[in-house]
Amino acid sequence: MAAPVLEVTNLTVAIAGGGDRANAIENVSLTVMPGEIVCVVGESGSGKSVTSQAVMALLPKGQLRISGGSIKLEGDELTTKSQPAMRAVRGKRAAMVFQEPMTALNPVERCGDQIAEVLEIHTDLDAKARRARVLDVMRSVHLPDPEQMAEAYPHQLSGGQRQRVMIAMALVLDPALLIADEPTTALDVTTQAQILKLIREMQVRRNTGVLFITHDFGVVSEIADRVVVMQRGRIVEQGTKAEILAAPREAYTQMLIAAVPSLVPPVRVPITSQVTLETIKLNKTYGGRSFFKPSGRVVKAATDVSFQIRRGETLGIVGESGSGKSTVARCIARLVDPTSGRIDLDDVDIARMSERKLRPYRRRVQIVFQDPYRSLNPRRSVGQSIIEGPMNFGLPHGEAIERARNLMGLVGLSPDALDRFPHQFSGGQRQRIAIARALAMEPVLLIGDEPVSALDVSVQAQVLQLLDSVRKKFDLAVLFITHDLRVAAQICDRIAVMQRGVVVETGPTANVFANPQHDYTRALFSAAPGQGFGHRIGAGKIDLVPAV
Amino acid sequence: MIAFIIRRLLATIPVMLVVAIFVFLMLRLTPSDPAAIIAGDNATAEQVADIRNKLGLNEPIVTQFFIWGSKILRGDLGESFFFKKTVAELISDRIEPTLSLSLFTILLAVMVAVPLGVLAAKRHGSIVDRMVMGFSVMGFSVPVFVIGYSLIYVFASELRWFPTTGYRRIHDGAGPWAYYLVLPTLTLSVVYIALIARMTRTSMLEVLSEDYVRTARAKGQIERKVLFRHALRNAAVPIVTVIGLGIALLIGGVVVTESVYSIPGLGRLTVEAVLARDFPVIQAVILMFSFVYVLINLLVDLVYSLLDPRIRY
Repeated sequence: MAAPVLEVTNLTVAIAGGGDRANAIENVSLTVMPGEIVCVVGESGSGKSVTSQAVMALLPKGQLRISGGSIKLEGDELTTKSQPAMRAVRGKRAAMVFQEPMTALNPVERCGDQIAEVLEIHTDLDAKARRARVLDVMRSVHLPDPEQMAEAYPHQLSGGQRQRVMIAMALVLDPALLIADEPTTALDVTTQAQILKLIREMQVRRNTGVLFITHDFGVVSEIADRVVVMQRGRIVEQGTKAEILAAPREAYTQMLIAAVPSLVPPVRVPITSQVTLETIKLNKTYGGRSFFKPSGRVVKAATDVSFQIRRGETLGIVGESGSGKSTVARCIARLVDPTSGRIDLDDVDIARMSERKLRPYRRRVQIVFQDPYRSLNPRRSVGQSIIEGPMNFGLPHGEAIERARNLMGLVGLSPDALDRFPHQFSGGQRQRIAIARALAMEPVLLIGDEPVSALDVSVQAQVLQLLDSVRKKFDLAVLFITHDLRVAAQICDRIAVMQRGVVVETGPTANVFANPQHDYTRALFSAAPGQGFGHRIGAGKIDLVPAV
Repeated sequence: MIAFIIRRLLATIPVMLVVAIFVFLMLRLTPSDPAAIIAGDNATAEQVADIRNKLGLNEPIVTQFFIWGSKILRGDLGESFFFKKTVAELISDRIEPTLSLSLFTILLAVMVAVPLGVLAAKRHGSIVDRMVMGFSVMGFSVPVFVIGYSLIYVFASELRWFPTTGYRRIHDGAGPWAYYLVLPTLTLSVVYIALIARMTRTSMLEVLSEDYVRTARAKGQIERKVLFRHALRNAAVPIVTVIGLGIALLIGGVVVTESVYSIPGLGRLTVEAVLARDFPVIQAVILMFSFVYVLINLLVDLVYSLLDPRIRY
């Protein structure tokens, strides 16, 4: 048996000044063999990223430090190396690909130069030889037209292309170890499938050992050879992919896998109640020419979007980034003004209503946003955030507080927590608060714009349950925007698939999933990672029995 | 790009027109009669009337504006009441000291402040950082003339390293010219060093936590290049903004500094002209500084697009 590329033994990383715990990771031991992909899976705070940063000696200075254990790269101990010695390792023998290809590349430097920088640092090649190597590696990651791409700036590339540039940068010197930290999390499913394929291909061709960090079991089932499950800084269990996915031993692993929503939608009774929202040929275009921008181009963010949502019904809009799904949501909430078309809310067209006439209707449409860390004002207590809306509409302070207390109970939080501030809550709790804030306005239509995308799977399931239970309790019409087909399958009565501003397909969820009509829908579904993963485990049905 | 520059230059026309109207009205709206000022205290009523005629002050105000405006466009800025010279001559006499002082000040400020700011950001929270910040607060709060007189006291009167006051033209040798400008430059640059260092630090702190800085480290790049190649260029836009604003605001500092060091520049000319109510000179100076301000703004915008490829006009 060959020697391992990476051998981490009893690694402990201490948090300076403590926190809720003394160590970010404790006694972590794992190995990566040449040509092997080891997936480290865990929820936020599990220490999976800290592990990878420790290997690269990139732990944030003054906050985290290695306090015990050993890291061996091809038998060479890294923990005792000085920073200059580590610099010779980084980029050359161990390289890294990060989550956000948009922010991980320097926005003001040409892509080719950023790849060439690795060669400048670690080799004596002259400019011409560097250029040849750069074009070579860009070709090998299947970037179209490398000569032109090398001259491009990151913002001129698509997300997938940027991630290919990152991978090219990481692999240009053929490192023994590649660390990929959530490399596909920020990408659309179709792009994700391509990038996973690329990583697999490069790794096989170069016999690279890959430490692949992810929170997504779908991705794990696509790419892993072996799986390491982490929770709160410790390794819970590790084994081959088949062992972990098919027969997890630990309760935590079982719970994580069970929490992954299935791609098979449950049977749902069609809803025939009265229509709450109807959009008719809704259009939104951005841009145009002006004196200072004579070359301004027109972007059609939404084109002729027409759909209905009935009381007590959840309509999902699924699509990739740039498909226009958020634009539609924002038009309906009149956060942006539609260019043309009708938005009928209980048979009143609000599409072109003046701000003053619109005001009474505002309360009837409420939104829960994606990022619970940024959608609540950090300087106001959650109570203030919840009562602000109703009081703007004339509810006396005492009654508003009473309503807020009731709602806190409803979303599963203590009414006494109203005086606390957003940073004192976890992500899932904050999303519950955001839901309570929306409900305080007594809306008829609740819009969720990727409301569970920033949450861990275990928390995600709970928030989905909550959303479904408030829909039933208040007989709400719900517009649910998501890129996640698994989530859509579980929570939506009907779904509309959007591509480049156009609804390409719409229908009852079960029909669309079982028998997609449009080519794009089919492409989208076939790209979803971990196909059949839900069936095999037999889990992943979110229990949507009302919790209230 | 060239189309942008042309459009922006065209856009300066309305701005300059507004400034010109303001400057013109300033003279007409003052209670005193310019003709009486020119004629002096001992003039007879006929003399004043004669001057009024000659200056065209009896024409309708719109006609007067066009006559005045067309003269300005031909480069005729009028004649100073007080110095008995043409304004154009006066300004060309006085512009060299001011330009020299401004240029030295900005150069010194940028060369000192940017590295200081980078260092403070790099060693965020350390003693170096606190010293830079302390200096910056001091630089803001101590008035220019206090700094000026203190420097004169220490380096000119006591140590006798530099002359106390005065100015030597570059025409008479670059050595003396630079030598005489050392103290004035130091005096004037303190506040700009404070301002630019602070901005650099803040902007760098923001950028240093960006992912691409981590990427650069993951490539094995040395820290100096991480800071200057990757971080500083990304942090540069707000820094350039402040430098641009700084140049525009220099005129205030120049007035005081030139007075402290008896430098015969535009700043002192402005003070003298205001005290003497020498309107043609005041008008010319305001017009000139407005134009410079507009040009600097254009320049700053162009520098933005050089620094950041995402900014395209």
